[in-house]
Amino acid sequence: MTTPHSFGKSLFELLSSMRFAISLLSILAIASVIGTVLKQAEPYANYLFQFGPFWFEAFRKLGLYDVYHAAWFLVILLFLVVSISVCIWRNAPGFAREMKSFREHVTDRSLAAFKHKHAAEFTHAPEALADQAQHYLEGQGYTVRRLTRDDGLLLAAKAGSWNRLGYFLAHSAIVLICIGGLMDGNLIFKAQQLLGYKKIETRDIPQSEVPPISRLTPDNPSFRGSVQIPEGSSADVVFLNVADGYLVQDLPFTIALKQFRIEHYSTGQPKNFESDVEVFDHTGKKVRKATIAVNHPLIHDGIAIYQASFADGGTRLDIRGWNLFAPTASPFPVEGTVHQNTRLTSPAGDYTLEFVDFRPFNIENMGEEDAPKNNAMSVFGGSPVASDKHMRNVGPSFQYKLRDTRGQAREFSNYMLPLELDGRWYMLSGVRETPNESFRYMRMPLDPDGSLDTFMRLRGALLNPELRPEIASRFARETLPKSAWGSDTEDKLKFSASQVLALFADGGFTALGRFIEEKVPAAERDKAAATYLRILELSTFEALHIANRDAKLPPPASDDATGWLVRDSLNSISDLFVYGSPIYLQLLQFDEVKASGLQLTRSPGKSVVYFGSLLLTLGVFFMFYVRERRVWLRVRPGHALLAMSSNKHTIDFEKEFAQHVHALDTLAR
Amino acid sequence: MELVLNPPAPLLKRLSWFDWLFAVIAAAGGLYALAHYNEYMDVYEKGILLATIPALAIFGWYWKPFRTLFIVVGAVSLFALGQYDGNLARMEEAFFLKYLISSQAAIMWMCALFGLATLTYWGGMLGRSGFALKTATGLTWSAVALGWVGLMVRWYESYLIGPDVGHIPVSNLYEVFVLFCLITAMMYLYYEARYQTRQLGALVLVVISAAVGFILWYTFDRGAHEIQPLVPALKSWWMKLHVPANFIGYGSFSLSAMLGAGYLLARRGILASRLPSLDIIDDMMYKAIAIGFGFFTIATILGAMWAAEAWGGYWSWDPKETWALIVWLNYAAWLHIRLVKGLRGPMLAWWAVIGLFVTTFAFLGVNMFLSGLHSYGSL
Ligand code: HEM
Repeated sequence: MTTPHSFGKSLFELLSSMRFAISLLSILAIASVIGTVLKQAEPYANYLFQFGPFWFEAFRKLGLYDVYHAAWFLVILLFLVVSISVCIWRNAPGFAREMKSFREHVTDRSLAAFKHKHAAEFTHAPEALADQAQHYLEGQGYTVRRLTRDDGLLLAAKAGSWNRLGYFLAHSAIVLICIGGLMDGNLIFKAQQLLGYKKIETRDIPQSEVPPISRLTPDNPSFRGSVQIPEGSSADVVFLNVADGYLVQDLPFTIALKQFRIEHYSTGQPKNFESDVEVFDHTGKKVRKATIAVNHPLIHDGIAIYQASFADGGTRLDIRGWNLFAPTASPFPVEGTVHQNTRLTSPAGDYTLEFVDFRPFNIENMGEEDAPKNNAMSVFGGSPVASDKHMRNVGPSFQYKLRDTRGQAREFSNYMLPLELDGRWYMLSGVRETPNESFRYMRMPLDPDGSLDTFMRLRGALLNPELRPEIASRFARETLPKSAWGSDTEDKLKFSASQVLALFADGGFTALGRFIEEKVPAAERDKAAATYLRILELSTFEALHIANRDAKLPPPASDDATGWLVRDSLNSISDLFVYGSPIYLQLLQFDEVKASGLQLTRSPGKSVVYFGSLLLTLGVFFMFYVRERRVWLRVRPGHALLAMSSNKHTIDFEKEFAQHVHALDTLAR
Repeated sequence: MELVLNPPAPLLKRLSWFDWLFAVIAAAGGLYALAHYNEYMDVYEKGILLATIPALAIFGWYWKPFRTLFIVVGAVSLFALGQYDGNLARMEEAFFLKYLISSQAAIMWMCALFGLATLTYWGGMLGRSGFALKTATGLTWSAVALGWVGLMVRWYESYLIGPDVGHIPVSNLYEVFVLFCLITAMMYLYYEARYQTRQLGALVLVVISAAVGFILWYTFDRGAHEIQPLVPALKSWWMKLHVPANFIGYGSFSLSAMLGAGYLLARRGILASRLPSLDIIDDMMYKAIAIGFGFFTIATILGAMWAAEAWGGYWSWDPKETWALIVWLNYAAWLHIRLVKGLRGPMLAWWAVIGLFVTTFAFLGVNMFLSGLHSYGSL
C-alpha cells in the first residue's frame, strides 16, 4: 500500500533522520577535498596538458575545474539545506512545547520507570518538605512548578531550556549561511547562460570590443572581479574569470590610479602595497579620493575595492642590442614598452620581441650559508634573529620573449647592472624554454672600463675566419723562441691553433670536446684537452691584440685581469652557442610605470552570512554549555520520589543527580 | 549538610583574595602594555588588549591554576625583557638569556621538558606510580610555563629586530606549533585535574611530543625559528583573534584523538586496568570536541571575516579554508553520531582518531602539499 502520502512521509523521515544528516556531512566533506587536490580555475590548456584529451573532457563534464560551483556539488548543499529545514520543521513544535512545558503530566508509573530516580522516607509534613525542596531547586537555577495531586503534590522543575533554543539558532543559521552564500554566487549568470542570454568571452580582445552578451550591467547584484590599472590610467570595468574565459562587468563608476607604492623591510621583503586612487562618477566628476592597502579596502557605492596584486604597467625601456650573428657590427638601439611587442629583423630570420616584465629591484642571496657558530645558542638551534647579511639588491631586470616566425619562443631575463661574482664583474642574462623552468644564467665579462665592448670585440675576432691565420701565426711566434721561427714546429703549431680556433668558433667547448673524443685515444684525452685549452687561451689573447689594433686601441696588458677576461670570454662565447638568441639586449635606461591589481566585489549575501554566523556561534554554545535538565519530586505523606532526566547524559549530569539525591536525603532526615 | 542545600553563592562572592590579586595583576599588566606599547597598536588591537584583561581574569577565576601560571610567566618574561635592556646582542651575553629564557632557549627547554614529561607519564602509568605521575604533571606545567615565556620573549625580540618587524608570535608554522603544544597541554592539564586522573597523560603527551619533534626538526634542519617580518596580508589585528581560536580547536581535536586512542586500547583490554573507565574517557572526549568545535566555528567565522577584508571575499574555496570546512564537517558529523543510539562507543573513538589525521592535514598538510592564498605558512 504505497500511497503518495506514505511515500512523502518516508521521504520526510529520511530527510530528517540523523543518519542521513551524518551521511550528508561526510559526503560534503569528502566532496570538498576534490577542489583542494585539483587546482581550480586554471587555464583549460593547463588541464589539457596535464590529463590528456580524454580525461580532460571527462573532468570538464564533471565540473572538476570549478567543483564548488558544479551542479552536483550544489545539489549536495541543497540536500543539506533541505534536510536541516525538514529537521527543524519536524522538531520545532516538539522542542518549542518542551521549552515551555514542565511535563507536569508525568504519572507515578512513568516516574518509576526513570533510570535516574531516588526514593526517600520522611516523617514531617509533605508541604514542608516540598517547600524546602522547591527552595533548594530554585537555588540551583531551576524554575519549579508546584502541582497538587490526589495524595500529595508534585514538583516539576526544569533548567537550561535555552539548550533547545540553541538547536534552532545553530541549525537555522546553517540554512541562512547557505542562502547568503547563494546570493553571492553566480547563479543568476548560470541561469542566463543556460537560457542563452549570456556567453563567456574566450577571445583575447580589447575590453571595449567585448560584445554585450559577455558583459554584465552595473546593476548586477553580486560579482567579484579584478582589474589591473597602470599608474595614470583608469578603469570602469572589471573582469570576472569564468571557466575558460571571462566576462566584463561594467562598473557604476570609474576608478583611476594615481600612484602605486611598495614599501619594503630592510631585508628587502615587501612590507606593504598601497594604491592612491580617485573615483569618478559617470559624468566625470571626482567623488572620492582614497588610499587602498592590503587589509584596508575602500568601500564605495556598496562595492568594496581591495588591493589584490600588482604588476608592471608598461614601463618604457631604452635598450642596447648586440647582434650575436654579426659580431663585428656595432650595437643597435631598441625601444620597448612592457606588455608590448616589437618586430626584429636579423640575419637569422625575423623575430617578435615581446616585453613581458620589468622589475625595479631584485633581492638576491649573494653569500654562502653561515657555518653554524659554536656557541651556547647553537645548542638551541641558533639565534632567532635572521642573518640577512647576504641579501642584496642587485638592481633592475627585465624579461622578454623572443618568438620566431614559427611561433616558438624563448624567454630571457636580463639584469641591468653588472654583478660581482667571485671577485669579477659580469652582465647576466637568463634564458629558459618554458615558464615552468627556472632561468639558466649566462655571464659575460666586463672589461676594466666596466663595459661589454672588449668582450664583444674579442668575440668578433675569434669567430671571424678571415682573422684566423693571423691569430695562429701570432700565437706560434709568441710561443716559440725566435730561433724556431720558420721551422716545422711553427707550421705544426699554426695548424693546431687554426684547428682549435675553427672548432671553437663552430661550437665552443662542446665542439672541441667532441673532436677530442673522436680523434684522441682515451688514455691521452686529458692531456690533449689541457694542451688544446692552453692553445686556445693563448690564441685568444693574440686575437685580443688584433681586435684592439683594428679598433685603434692600445694593446691589452699582459696581466691577471686580462687573463681572466680571456678565460671568462671563452666560457661565455661557448655558452652563447646554447643561448638560443641572435641578440643580447642590454638595458640602459627605464621609465617605470607600475600597475595595481584591484579586486572589486559586491556581495549582498555578506550580511546574511555574518548574521547566520552570529546565530551559529550562539546556538553552538547554547547547545554545548546550557545543559537541559528536568527534575520531578513526587511527594506523598511519608514518601518522596525524586526523578531526573536530561537530553544529554554526561558525567556532569550524574554528578548533579547525586547532589540532588543527597539534598533530598538531607531534607527527609 | 547545610552546604548542599544552600544555593551556590554568586561568582563574585566566591572569589578569594588571590583571585582579586590575580585580576589586579592581569589588569596592571594589560594597562602597562597599553601605556608602553600603544604606538605599535591600532585601535582594534587596543580593543583586543583591553578585552583580554577581563577575559584573563574570568578565566583565572574559573580555572584556578591558571592564575599562578600567568603570574609566573609574566614575572619571568618581564625579567627577561629587563635582561635585554633593549639590546638584542644581550641574548648571547646575559647568562639567563643565553641559557634559559631567551625565546629560543626557553622554547627548547619546553621541548625537553615535554619529552621528559612524556617518559615520566609512561613510567608512572606502567609502573602504577602515583609519585611519577605527579612528577609528570609538574614537568608538563613547567614546560607550559617555559613555552609561554618563550613566546612572550619572542614577541619582544621581534620588536628589537625592528619596530616594523615586530609582531605577535602566531604568524608562521614554527610559532603556531609552539602554541599548539601549549594549548593541548593546558587543556589536558585542566581535564586531568577535573577528572582526577593522570594516566591519560601518557597518551596525550605523545601527540605533544610529536609536535615537539616537528619543532626540533624545523629548527635544526630548516632554521625555521628565525623571526621573519610579516607579509602584508598578515599585517592585521584579525590575526590576534583568528590564529589562537584556530589553535584552541586544533589542540582540543588532537586531545580528543588521543583520548579516542585510549578508549580503543582500553576496550581491547590493553592498559585497561591502568586507564580510567570508558565512560570517563568518552565524557572527556565529548568535552574536548565540544570546546574544539565551538572555537573552531568561531575561528572559521573570524577567518572568513578577515578574508573578506584582505582578499575581497569571505569565502574563496582556498585549500586552507576548504580544509577548515572539512575538519568542521567532520566534527559536526561526530557530534551527530553521538546522538544516534546504536553508533556510539568505539565508532566515535575511531572517528576521533581519524579526525586527528584530517586535522593534521588541515594545518600541516595543506601548507606542505597544496598551494593557495594561505601559502605564507609553507615549509
Ligand atoms: C552543517 C550542518 C550541521 C551542524 C554544524 C550541526 C550542529 C549541531 C550541533 C553542534 C549539535 C549539538 C550536539 C551536541 O549537543 O552534542 C547538533 C545537534 C543536533 N542536530 Fe545538528 N548540525 C548540522 C546538521 C544537522 C542536520 C542536517 C540535522 C537533521 C537531519 C541535524 C539535527 C540535529 C539534531 C536533531 C540535534 C539534537 C538536538 C538536541 O537534541 O539537542 N543537524 N547539531
